[in-house]
Amino acid sequence: MTTATVATDPAPAQGSGRPARRPTRRLARIVGRQPLGIAFAAPYAVFLGAIFAYPLGLAVWISFHDYFFAAPGAQVARPFVGLDNYRSAVTDPAVRRSFVNVAEFLVINVPLTVVLSLLLATALNAAIRGRTFLRVAYFVPYITASVAVVAVWLFLFSENGMVNHLLGGLAPDPSWLVNSGLAMPVIAFFVTWKQLGFFILLYLSALQAVPRELYESASVDGAGKFRSLMNVTVPGVRPATTLVVILATITGANLFTEPYLLTNGGGPNGASTSPVFVMYQRGIEQGNPDVASAIGVLLVIGVLLIALVSRRVLERN
Amino acid sequence: MTQELTQTREIEQTRKRSQSRNTPRVVVLVVGAAIFLFPFYYMVIGSLQAKPDTSVAGVVPTHGLTLKNYASINDRVDLVRSLVNSGIFTGGVILCTVVFGVLAGYALARLHFRGKGTLFAVMLLVQTVPFQLLIIPLYVMIVRSYGLADSYLGMILPFAINSAAVFIFRQFFMQLPEDLFAAARLDGAGELRILWSIALPLVRPALLTATLLTFIGPWNEFLWPFLVTKQADLQPLAVSLANYISNIAGRAANPYGAILAGAVVLAAPAVALFVAFQKHFTASDLGSGVKG
Repeated sequence: MTTATVATDPAPAQGSGRPARRPTRRLARIVGRQPLGIAFAAPYAVFLGAIFAYPLGLAVWISFHDYFFAAPGAQVARPFVGLDNYRSAVTDPAVRRSFVNVAEFLVINVPLTVVLSLLLATALNAAIRGRTFLRVAYFVPYITASVAVVAVWLFLFSENGMVNHLLGGLAPDPSWLVNSGLAMPVIAFFVTWKQLGFFILLYLSALQAVPRELYESASVDGAGKFRSLMNVTVPGVRPATTLVVILATITGANLFTEPYLLTNGGGPNGASTSPVFVMYQRGIEQGNPDVASAIGVLLVIGVLLIALVSRRVLERN
Repeated sequence: MTQELTQTREIEQTRKRSQSRNTPRVVVLVVGAAIFLFPFYYMVIGSLQAKPDTSVAGVVPTHGLTLKNYASINDRVDLVRSLVNSGIFTGGVILCTVVFGVLAGYALARLHFRGKGTLFAVMLLVQTVPFQLLIIPLYVMIVRSYGLADSYLGMILPFAINSAAVFIFRQFFMQLPEDLFAAARLDGAGELRILWSIALPLVRPALLTATLLTFIGPWNEFLWPFLVTKQADLQPLAVSLANYISNIAGRAANPYGAILAGAVVLAAPAVALFVAFQKHFTASDLGSGVKG
């Protein structure tokens, strides 16, 4: 705290006059006017370094080395192996399958999320009665633990579940979660439902920035509801749409709990595995953290590519 | 005259339009909300049924409701112990986030120091690092190198300071007028004193919003505590319930009833907190945190 007083007060009591002020100013140039800020921010900066920056580098390092779990403190050789881990990841049918699965997931989940959350946010944005209740209703799945809501979906979509009873003769055979064609779509719908409240909130805050006059002039020009949605709302919330697409993609790439619990470990026959699930199997169950890290790096490169492309596409139009 | 006429006509049109516009909108919203809430209703109903009745009529059960499922899940999964573990995990994260997050948010919003810009840039960058890439190195570090498997510290560390909360703190501190700080500094108050007795009381809503936001992360988190806790008596409820679902459920008499009872216990605190404090989850409060 004393340092802060020295730094903020140009003329400290003990050393007034020029010679004393110069070093203070020079010090200020090096550490900033309020160096106490460094102390305040230090724990967070250390946290970011230790929990994000260092592990990020470690993940890349591990993926290029022959890495295995060893007892703490043991000195073991971990030779550089170039792209070997990437090669074994790419040639592994289970890994390929998981990437295809997550692509299928994203194809269903992302467009559905964008359309539904924008429509619901537009509807919720109007001053209607019971807005608070509706807002809460859409947000509740988002704040509830996946494990808890997965339990209900297991119950609803099981062989003898309510959904199949409701459908009667139309119920799919084999049932939803054990059907290799339907397991992934069910997971995609589940995640859409679970995350939608968050994206509605994002769009709601973006909608506040769309000027009302644009709607008025659109309606003066005789634009209907649909046209003013397409011509005013959609362009007005475009930056939010980019954000929604990117965040939904990241959420999709993070998929683990749903394949682990809802389809009992990525079943049937790997039809609903996800890259993170395979990382868990390879890295922690089978003790190959090097291959698992390579899968992780590939996954992140994929996410970054999707983010870049969607940004380009959405912001050019 | 003509102007007046057009005006009244316009007003009438707008009124008519807004009425006709609102009815289908409300219907869609209410139906949507019902679809969104139905699984929660079904969760509670399923947890109270002695025998799972999955017929469509079973949605509105008329008899045979019981609390037995709660007793039966409690036999398999020590609910109190798991809730305490979830509480320690979540509480530790909230404590670290509030203490260090407020300090960092204040420094980022109000103090000029070397490295401020870098820290802010890194903070933004961090939001884009997918957690899944970090699972393996974090597991290597925390479980293998530091030997923190089966410990609360190991669970808490990767989540210790929630960056979204730091964002919210920064945003709220930025909104305070600069004169306030200048005056306090002129009076000779130290920064810690200014933060504690002037700034913090003014950003109480941010404290609540950030705490609620931070709460749902660790309380609902499954993957990380699942990886670091193998000992049953240290597992948070999300993990012990998931283990019950994937391992033991097949052997129970009414597995769904017991699972759903556990699900209700896991979901209830988060839902209750959210409903009680929902006005702090507004678009503007969180939007500022999300968008920066």
